Amino acid sequence: MDILKEISVRLQQGDDERVCELTRQAVEKKVPPRAILDEGLIGGMNIIGERYKAHEIFLPQVLLAAKAMYAGTDVLRPLFVKEGMPAIGKVVIGSVQGDLHDIGKNLVGIMLKGAGFEVIDLGNDVPPERFVETAEKEDAAVIGISALLTTTMPVMKRTVDLLEEKGLRTKIRTIIGGAPISEEFAKQIGADAYGYDSTNAVESVKRLIMANESD
Amino acid sequence: MLQEHGAKVEREKYHVIITNEIIDEALKTVPESFKLFDVIGNQTHDFSEHNVYFTPGSAALNILDYNSGEIRKPTTADYARYAKLVSRLDHIASQSTAFIPTDVHEKISDSYRLYLSLLFCEKPVVTGAFTIEAFDIMRDLQLALRGTKEGLAAKPLTILSCCPTSPLKWSDVTSQNVVDCAEYSIPVEFVSMPLSGFMAPVTLVGTLVQHTAETLSGVVISQLTNPGAPVLYGGSPAIFDVRYETTPMGAVETQMIDCAYNEIGKHLGMPTQGYISLSDAKQLDAQSGLESSMGATLAALSGINNISGPGMLDFESCQSLEKLVLDNEICGMTLRMIKGIEPKEDFPSLPRFEELLKEKHLLISRHTMRYLSEEFYLPGSVIDRANRARWQEEGGKTLLERAHTGVEKLVRECVPSRLPDDKKNELTKLMEREARRYGMSSLPHIDS
Ligand code: B12
Repeated sequence: MDILKEISVRLQQGDDERVCELTRQAVEKKVPPRAILDEGLIGGMNIIGERYKAHEIFLPQVLLAAKAMYAGTDVLRPLFVKEGMPAIGKVVIGSVQGDLHDIGKNLVGIMLKGAGFEVIDLGNDVPPERFVETAEKEDAAVIGISALLTTTMPVMKRTVDLLEEKGLRTKIRTIIGGAPISEEFAKQIGADAYGYDSTNAVESVKRLIMANESD
Repeated sequence: MLQEHGAKVEREKYHVIITNEIIDEALKTVPESFKLFDVIGNQTHDFSEHNVYFTPGSAALNILDYNSGEIRKPTTADYARYAKLVSRLDHIASQSTAFIPTDVHEKISDSYRLYLSLLFCEKPVVTGAFTIEAFDIMRDLQLALRGTKEGLAAKPLTILSCCPTSPLKWSDVTSQNVVDCAEYSIPVEFVSMPLSGFMAPVTLVGTLVQHTAETLSGVVISQLTNPGAPVLYGGSPAIFDVRYETTPMGAVETQMIDCAYNEIGKHLGMPTQGYISLSDAKQLDAQSGLESSMGATLAALSGINNISGPGMLDFESCQSLEKLVLDNEICGMTLRMIKGIEPKEDFPSLPRFEELLKEKHLLISRHTMRYLSEEFYLPGSVIDRANRARWQEEGGKTLLERAHTGVEKLVRECVPSRLPDDKKNELTKLMEREARRYGMSSLPHIDS
């Protein structure tokens, strides 16, 4: 079997040790690191994502695959020292100010990482300024905000407004989610996207980044 | 406070290690039972032994709108309708602050629910604060009705839900809420929510271990603040659905965990509460009936004292007035069930059968007339017991339609709360003052 294919298959099986080993072998065989990442690791994760969505596998299998993916990326990271680890994009996420619910946000973070994004998780009770400052400093493409309370939903708008004020609205995209949130609410406050679960969040973030690149 | 009582405090890590001795101390003072009183001051609840009461599911994000069939964010008008409806639901003993009206400033929307409940319905209220500050106004509303701190302690009017964060964490908000409640002897229900397989062990036993530790730590905070402060050993645990990333309340395992921690709570000498009689369905379909009834039945048989959930759909996120009317019947049937089967002038049996043979029926027998209403629970018209022809003649209505007819009728027939006008005005003054703090010059107009 082609080594990239094998990396992908082992990753799907959640075999982190084997993925680590195979990634090393591929590097020794001078397979370009970018190809190992895109075709082997992320390729495997994409299949996992599809199968999860189709209920063929469950969340634990997805997380095992993600763990295997990190084992592979850890091997590759030193090879990208100069240009930095290529991530499909950087996402700053957090739970909105006043909100202590973070389970859903954490899950979204794990899945984004698994899909190859670099994720900066600011935790919970995050004020608008911190979202914006961090995204600016880190040159993030997307800010993801989670709210689970009716009473904290309005605070999400302040982050979008702050981006607008700073003239960053087109550079840094926003996505929101959480039980009280809807597509309609996202539109209403001017957020760029809404995600209803972790798979949907990954798809939406990918779409946002693609749209921004083609702008 | 915990340190003073001998707990080991590791400040850098924000850790407190609570010893067995401290727990034993708390368990010595925690009340075995307590009573609840309505807005007027009459006793409604005696949380002791295996007494069972139902309370609507609390703090929904949305309301299921009958006319559109869609969910939407609720308003003051919805809340007033809800409170009036609950005042007419015989088998639901208390109100809960069931959803969050979105036509007031978000900083007051938690306390504003309590205000509306106290105005429109006499039943005691299961509620909760979303912030540390909100406690003050919620306490003041209660003090306005009871007069003094002692008056409130003697006749508790509300229960505040306080949630530890799994695993084994207490946020500033909820721990302060516990302390504040204890100081005013306002009953607290601890609502620990370990999610099996995610934020707790996948096994039901493992989840129970975690739930016990989280709940006991709450009992400790409460009892060290004010020994004897009333609490319910409660919870809202759930298994975690690894396909949909959700927290199913209608899952049988969720309900098993509830029944099991109820036994632990009772063993430790406390009255109990559980989020168990509710459904994850999105509308009034068969799933919504089966999950709520299974939960209600299990809970009542287990003797969970305060059974939360009626009206609630969609993972505790959506309240439906129509569902409340249906659930009121589930509660009625369940309460009938736990009264059990008892002999009532049944022995000797012979005279009864002699009468039957002689009269050809027992429809107007003295025995029947005496015991009919005690023996049978006759549900309202939301439950279909007509034969097919009659059902058809009466419009062939669906459950949802019948439930809606029930909502309209009950709200129309609601009698205003007997709370004196001067008390109502005092509540309004307090709430208006709170609203002004957040820049609202007036509260939404309410049709009474
Ligand atoms: C677990 C839980 C808790 C736990 C939270 C633990 C934690 N570490 O997060 C605890 C017990 C601590 C808790 C506390 C409270 N809670 Co709570 N909680 C819940 C519950 C039952 C489940 C939430 C959850 O974790 N679901 C599982 C995850 C995986 O799903 P999720 O969060 O929806 O996330 C998914 C999607 O929404 C989406 N998503 C989420 N975030 C994001 C972000 C982005 C960018 C994207 C794209 C997608 C996305 O993807 C996620 C993965 O699928 C909900 C009920 C509900 N239906 O949501 C109530 C609920 C949200 N809580 C509620 C309340 C009232 C509270 C308290 C105020 C109670 C109290 N008085 O103490 C406090 C909050 C205090 C505060 N200031 O924050 C109410 C909300 C009321 C309202 N109308 O606002 C709810 C609806 C329950 C209820 N009816 O009472 N809660």
